Amino acid sequence: MQQQELIPHLFRTEFSRVSAVLCKHFGIDHIELAEDIASETFLLAMETWPYKGVPENPAAWLYVVAKNKAKNYFARTHMFHGKIAPELKQTTDTPAPEIDLSDKNISDSQLQMLFAVCHPSIPPEAQIGLALRILCGFGIDEIANAFLSNKETINKRLFRAREKLRAEKVAIEMPETAAIPQRLNAVLTTLYLLYNEGYYSESQDTVIREELCIEAMRLTKLLLDHPLTNTPAVNALMALMCFHASRLPARKDENGALILYQDQDEALWNRTLITEGAFYLRAASQGSALSAYHLEATIAWWHTIKEDTPEKWDNILQLYNRLLQLQYSPVAALNRTFALAKVKGNAAALPEAEKLGLSGNPYYHALLGELYQGIDNQQALQHLQQAWHLSKTQPEKQTLQQKIDHLPTT
Amino acid sequence: MDEFMLIFRHEDGKKIASPEQMQIWMKATMDWIGGIAAQNKFVLGNGLLFDDARVVHHNKMVTNGPFGEIKETLGGYIIVKAESADEAASFAKDCPILGGEGNTVEVRKIIRGEDMH
Repeated sequence: MQQQELIPHLFRTEFSRVSAVLCKHFGIDHIELAEDIASETFLLAMETWPYKGVPENPAAWLYVVAKNKAKNYFARTHMFHGKIAPELKQTTDTPAPEIDLSDKNISDSQLQMLFAVCHPSIPPEAQIGLALRILCGFGIDEIANAFLSNKETINKRLFRAREKLRAEKVAIEMPETAAIPQRLNAVLTTLYLLYNEGYYSESQDTVIREELCIEAMRLTKLLLDHPLTNTPAVNALMALMCFHASRLPARKDENGALILYQDQDEALWNRTLITEGAFYLRAASQGSALSAYHLEATIAWWHTIKEDTPEKWDNILQLYNRLLQLQYSPVAALNRTFALAKVKGNAAALPEAEKLGLSGNPYYHALLGELYQGIDNQQALQHLQQAWHLSKTQPEKQTLQQKIDHLPTT
Repeated sequence: MDEFMLIFRHEDGKKIASPEQMQIWMKATMDWIGGIAAQNKFVLGNGLLFDDARVVHHNKMVTNGPFGEIKETLGGYIIVKAESADEAASFAKDCPILGGEGNTVEVRKIIRGEDMH
């Protein structure tokens, strides 16, 4: 029993280490080979360990097997090339290069792979998919589940992404120092999306969703551990993730239904994560650069204080004002209008809400449904119903239905 | 969608406001800009400092500030996206500087390449 619990956790962390090192070892042309060898290694463990017991040092066992498999592969292809094209290659009997599984090479390889899979030449959802596969050890089924997609689509997406990386000859190495800021931005966007995929995903599988959040945080930590990528923006992103993650335990009831922020039991909020987030936010405020992550992290920090105070909402409103100037997004526009209503009242916020131009967005109608309450309940009802129709998930529909049911009839 | 510059003209830039008033004014301005940005129609904006300003004249003579020479001074500008000058003007109507009597917001369309042909 204990073994069965140990194995999945071990696999998840070790897979990413082994596959990153193998990718680095074989180069971008053979990412799939590295994935295959990693998969075969873990398959062998799964076939052997239940009968023979988990080895004393499971990680070391996995490394030895992975190394041997890589060596065998090398020997096979080497022989093949040796027979087919002996004139072309003057290689004498070179021994298979040793695979370096030192801690340093593991973390270096993971970081370099992170930069490689977040290469701007491939679309963001493919970047996330590859990161999940190679760096987080997710199976294709799990990725498909997280994206509400199917195996074939995900396989195709990953295939195209690998092809593209090959075609672009993307190197598995740290970008040049001068290129780091720009490349780092792309990496942060992917990690941000990966995290949001977990936090807001429509997938019903809450376990997978939380793991996406945890993995995004683990990869962000990789960046923080390297001096060249330990920048204020990365710290701000980490702070944002910590603050949001602190509410994960309070977000769902025993049936897995979503509990809205205002209804959450704050005793369930994870104080350790809040403290950690505050630590990263302080680290983020060194230097003068202000990223959207800084603003979002500060907003998230205010949300770690449950009590509604004028000060809280005033600050949140100002932060959203700045965030929207920096970069527009419908979510930020909706949240800003909600904060405006908190500061100035629903009546003052309504005309601004009507101007957002987001009809067709379920959250927009849910917000209008909220703001119209007590002012024009008929309008409130219409918007809540519209939101209900547009909403795609069962938990959301349930929440909206409750609001519709509680609306006073006039 | 065109871009328009909304130019803030203050009747008397020297008028000193209390820190409290400035704070209120600043917040109101940020809320106003936030409202435009929430419609995805904000492009950029800048306040212009009165302190340490210079006017350079045609004979290259440089004088301090525009103060006392012209009645109106520029306090800042923002650039917005709008379908028409009327829509841009509707943004301007809510600009907090209009709370000051005599202040104005001028709405001017920004020239694009194709406008020149």
